[in-house]
Amino acid sequence: MHAWTQDAACRKESGLFGRTRPGLTAAGNAAANAEFPRRTALSPRDEDRAMRSGTGTELAGRKELAFGRYLTLVPSSVMLGVFFLIPFALILAVSVAHKTEGGDFIFGFTTAHYERFFSGLYIGRAVFSTVTALSVSVLTLLIAFPFTYMLTRFTRRNRTLWLIYILAQLSLSEVLIAFGWQVLFSSTAGLSYILVLLGIADKPFPMAPGLGAVITALVYLALPFAVLLLYPALSRIDKSYMEASQTMGASPVRTFFNVVVPIARPALISTGVTMFVLTLGAIITPQVLGRPAHWTLSVLIQDQAIFSANMPFAAALAVVLLILAGGVIALVSRLNRGNG
Amino acid sequence: MPGLVIENVTKKFGAFTAVADVNLRFKTGEMICFLGPSGCGKTTLLRVIAGLESATEGTITFDGQNLTSIPVHQRNVGMVFQSFALFPHLSVGENISYSMRVRGRSRSEREDRVRELLDMIRLPGIEDRRISQLSGGQRQRVAIARALALNPQIFLLDEPMSALDANLRESMQIELRKLQQELGITTIVVTHDQTEAMTMADNIVVMSAARVQQTGGPIDIYKKPVNKFVAGFIGASNLLPAKMTGTDQVRVGEHNIRVCQSGEGAAQGQDVLLMTRPEEIYIHAGGGRSGENQVNGRVTFIRDIGATIEILVDCGGNEVSALMTPKGFPEVEVGQDVSVEMPVDACMALAA
Repeated sequence: MHAWTQDAACRKESGLFGRTRPGLTAAGNAAANAEFPRRTALSPRDEDRAMRSGTGTELAGRKELAFGRYLTLVPSSVMLGVFFLIPFALILAVSVAHKTEGGDFIFGFTTAHYERFFSGLYIGRAVFSTVTALSVSVLTLLIAFPFTYMLTRFTRRNRTLWLIYILAQLSLSEVLIAFGWQVLFSSTAGLSYILVLLGIADKPFPMAPGLGAVITALVYLALPFAVLLLYPALSRIDKSYMEASQTMGASPVRTFFNVVVPIARPALISTGVTMFVLTLGAIITPQVLGRPAHWTLSVLIQDQAIFSANMPFAAALAVVLLILAGGVIALVSRLNRGNG
Repeated sequence: MPGLVIENVTKKFGAFTAVADVNLRFKTGEMICFLGPSGCGKTTLLRVIAGLESATEGTITFDGQNLTSIPVHQRNVGMVFQSFALFPHLSVGENISYSMRVRGRSRSEREDRVRELLDMIRLPGIEDRRISQLSGGQRQRVAIARALALNPQIFLLDEPMSALDANLRESMQIELRKLQQELGITTIVVTHDQTEAMTMADNIVVMSAARVQQTGGPIDIYKKPVNKFVAGFIGASNLLPAKMTGTDQVRVGEHNIRVCQSGEGAAQGQDVLLMTRPEEIYIHAGGGRSGENQVNGRVTFIRDIGATIEILVDCGGNEVSALMTPKGFPEVEVGQDVSVEMPVDACMALAA
């Protein structure tokens, strides 16, 4: 009987956990951020001790530790400041600058460029870019996830060969891949010949330019990144989860959907977001394989900055693109937290 | 043929043989422990029975039904994994009802069964907890409840106590054994802990190097090990080099010792090992006596820890350990000549 008495104590302890944990999440993002460096600086046991008895000496010790951990943040803060925050501030400043006749600009404040975005066809372009990037990232996940799962179940030798092959694919530039697909999609030397051979089409036809061609090439570009991002997460999943599911009567396919997908969900979502951002920034593929109607916001930014010599408008579009990407990421991670 | 029958089962991974030609036969409702050091093939044999590995050769039948070619998800087994493998994305209740959901049982049936199982493991009302909120002992019990949800034919546990601390482990062994007897379910536990095996099992299967070394009741195995490995792995034992001089007699140095039984491969004239358990041995003060089954020696160490006293005696270069209670202590000192009496019942000759 004493076994259960002892365990009742454990239960009480875990009940305590149950109460403190939601409190922590409710405290919101700021608190979570403040929590993060403390966790890395102190071992859980130290932290526990400090929490239980907050005596003066221990508090002083923690202050010293606090200084030490800010020190370690200096290099990364400088890096972020120089390479991210300052350029971003410049972009912001340029986006509200006045355009001069000679294709130059003078710093100042005007909302003209943003007004131009909201008045014209650019809103449509922004929506098109978002939808395209979303579909590419969903399609990529649909292919990459089952493939990567298979990969983790291959023998060591086969796995290595596949990973090398995928890495090799990453060494090809976007330009090369876009033009490669252009050849494959052409009516003279392309995939349509295979369709003719199979009796599906009567005569060869050009498959590019077109939206299908753009999306195919973008998925092709994103695929190796997705596999490499998913691989560590999927290979870390304890195989006994899958085995347990099977001993409880679930077939391998059912186990995949009941166990593997839900456990891998955080990795799936973060990979999806990464693929979305990656695709949103693609500028070559839409130009090579698409009509102007298929150009994304990134292409238009490049067009404004280089060919139209309108830096302020390009900067304004870049800011819009950034807000768009940030918005989608925030939305997805909110959905993720809500369900998790 | 009722019960679990394992015939000629061999499992090879490439050139490596994990399980070699195992033949076992158990009655329905028995509790069986596969005991052996790590890497001896006990977990592989369990996984073959579960269907998680396919046997390279041999068959497994349960109550006359041949299970060998039935895939794991169609066998009616319940398994508790070493890591428990509770799904982190499901609550306790959803974990326990997983097998019932897969089999398409109704919601109300599932809820009733979950409540019943949580009462059985004495953790009522924790259906909605997350797995991360449970302690190690609670996780183990939830894993047991989950494996038993569909009343499986065979209940398999792979090192179920290894994630628990020592105190909890001992009480859980007793709880698990009681639960198994209540349910009358054929159960196999894999362990490397001999105390655990002896606490719980009706039958112990001692394995080493992919082979079954001995099968039998816990006390049979303890009292009558068939070879050196079993004698050394189960409990402490004294092994003295000896020579077989008759069907029930060995010679140790210049002493003749009668043995009650000789293990496999101990033929006359061969070098053997004389095996005795420390608690069966008597120490008599004053050497030079030569009664039956006595060997002379000198005390080298006395470990008195209150409840028990262990005396180490050097007998012609070989150390013999004798374990006794304070009541039976012969009042000897380190360096004293003594005679070590090994009763005939306690002596066995094992192949060297």
